[in-house]
Amino acid sequence: MTELDVATPAPPALAKLPLDALHRRLGARMAPFAGYDMPLQYEAGIVAETLHTRRAASLFDVSHMGQAILGGAGAARALESLTPADLISLARERTRYTQLLNETGGILDDLLVTRLPGVEERLLLVVNAARKQADFALITAALPQFDFNPLDRALLALQGPRAAAVLGALLPGAEDLAFMGWRAFDFGGAPLFVSRSGYTGEDGFELSLRADHAEDLARLLLAHEDVAPAGLGARDALRLEAGLPLYAHDLDETTDPVEAGLSWSIGKRRRAEGGFPGFERIHSALEQAPARKRVGLLPRSKAPLREGAELYASTDVVGHVTSGGFSPTLQCPIAMGYVASKHANVGATLSATLRDKRIEVDVAALPFVAHRYFKTPVGKDAR
Amino acid sequence: MSDRRYSKDHEYVALDGNVATLGISDYAQSQLGDIVFIELPDVGRKVAKGKEIAVIESVKAASEVYSPVGGEVVEVNPQLGETPALVNEDPLGRGWLVKLRVSDPGECDSLMDEPAYSEFLKTL
Repeated sequence: MTELDVATPAPPALAKLPLDALHRRLGARMAPFAGYDMPLQYEAGIVAETLHTRRAASLFDVSHMGQAILGGAGAARALESLTPADLISLARERTRYTQLLNETGGILDDLLVTRLPGVEERLLLVVNAARKQADFALITAALPQFDFNPLDRALLALQGPRAAAVLGALLPGAEDLAFMGWRAFDFGGAPLFVSRSGYTGEDGFELSLRADHAEDLARLLLAHEDVAPAGLGARDALRLEAGLPLYAHDLDETTDPVEAGLSWSIGKRRRAEGGFPGFERIHSALEQAPARKRVGLLPRSKAPLREGAELYASTDVVGHVTSGGFSPTLQCPIAMGYVASKHANVGATLSATLRDKRIEVDVAALPFVAHRYFKTPVGKDAR
Repeated sequence: MSDRRYSKDHEYVALDGNVATLGISDYAQSQLGDIVFIELPDVGRKVAKGKEIAVIESVKAASEVYSPVGGEVVEVNPQLGETPALVNEDPLGRGWLVKLRVSDPGECDSLMDEPAYSEFLKTL
């Protein structure tokens, strides 16, 4: 059989996560990802881990992601020169999603930016693992007058409808954080950064803390009956079900934020003022509608359609699949990809070749599984 | 079933007369993870030794299954269309894939028996 290479012992060059020993004790199957030896799945398996996240709560180790602080008066305005988000208006203890863009508006990476509390202007950045060296080099070269400090911290994600109750019992007040809100708590005498965010479509939190404290926190969370560990496989299934693009698959230097369906993350002021790389392309894409769009795809087959498959309207290639797999929640194959705008309306039927068979593929609305992010109740902390 | 023989690619064949039942090992199913679809060959198809005979789709990826012996497909497991997860649950039993009328039963001799396969797994 092919594809059994996940069992090959990792070469020593792979970096280890701070929770490496815990993952192995929990029975994780490890696999290389972005230079790290990562838990692909635990004993429950990808399907069970995905369903558990939608039903209760799962703990993911995402410590491979890059974390850094950009500091100095005017840091938010300066970072706007690399991204299309409105960062000047970003309030303290609030997080915003954006992208680093190249000169033609292509996406170099997508990232989260949090304005940290305090008088000093400091931004916490969380970027993709495979892109962190390139991102950090770009930011330090473009903004040399600012302090830039990569953080060697662990990052855990607690995701699912039970996440708030579980975390709130451990860190009172965490359950009241607004969606994309952020707060520093104390854990073991050191700051634990809690952000109400994630990449599963569920309510949940991302928890950044000292690497040597990560196992204590993970054990406390996993001791709760509602919490189970989940690996990269489930994370990928969850984000695909939630219609969320993954860098290097659905986003890259050839895609711009408008065709990627990320226009919502481009600040209103920025659309008018510009001042970010690729403004001309993005401005015209916003005005005239893009030539192609990222869409959901439902293959009319039992077999999943995988990344790279071409999409046809009669005999013309009109797009391609950028992520494809099987949805544990919907129990059917799902995919996303880019399709020429003319053929990208929900309900349009395209076709693809799967091995030697022609299959029909319906353009579908994203997300496949509705988002259930936390909505702040009236009268509660609305930060 | 002491006559089950394994390939280094983790397929097995169990010979009964000149008909071999072909499947994947327990190790293979555990490495693949949750199996969601299996593409099986048509009955009557002739397959040469070492050539693709089926494709197994797990949540993560598609994996080809190679036939460790040559022959003609005489039956495919009818339950796998509805319940591909049978291969995860019982790979050596109800999760078999294909029955082949083998052209040369002697081809099985070059495959590993159960103890040899167990030893082979320890080297991975």
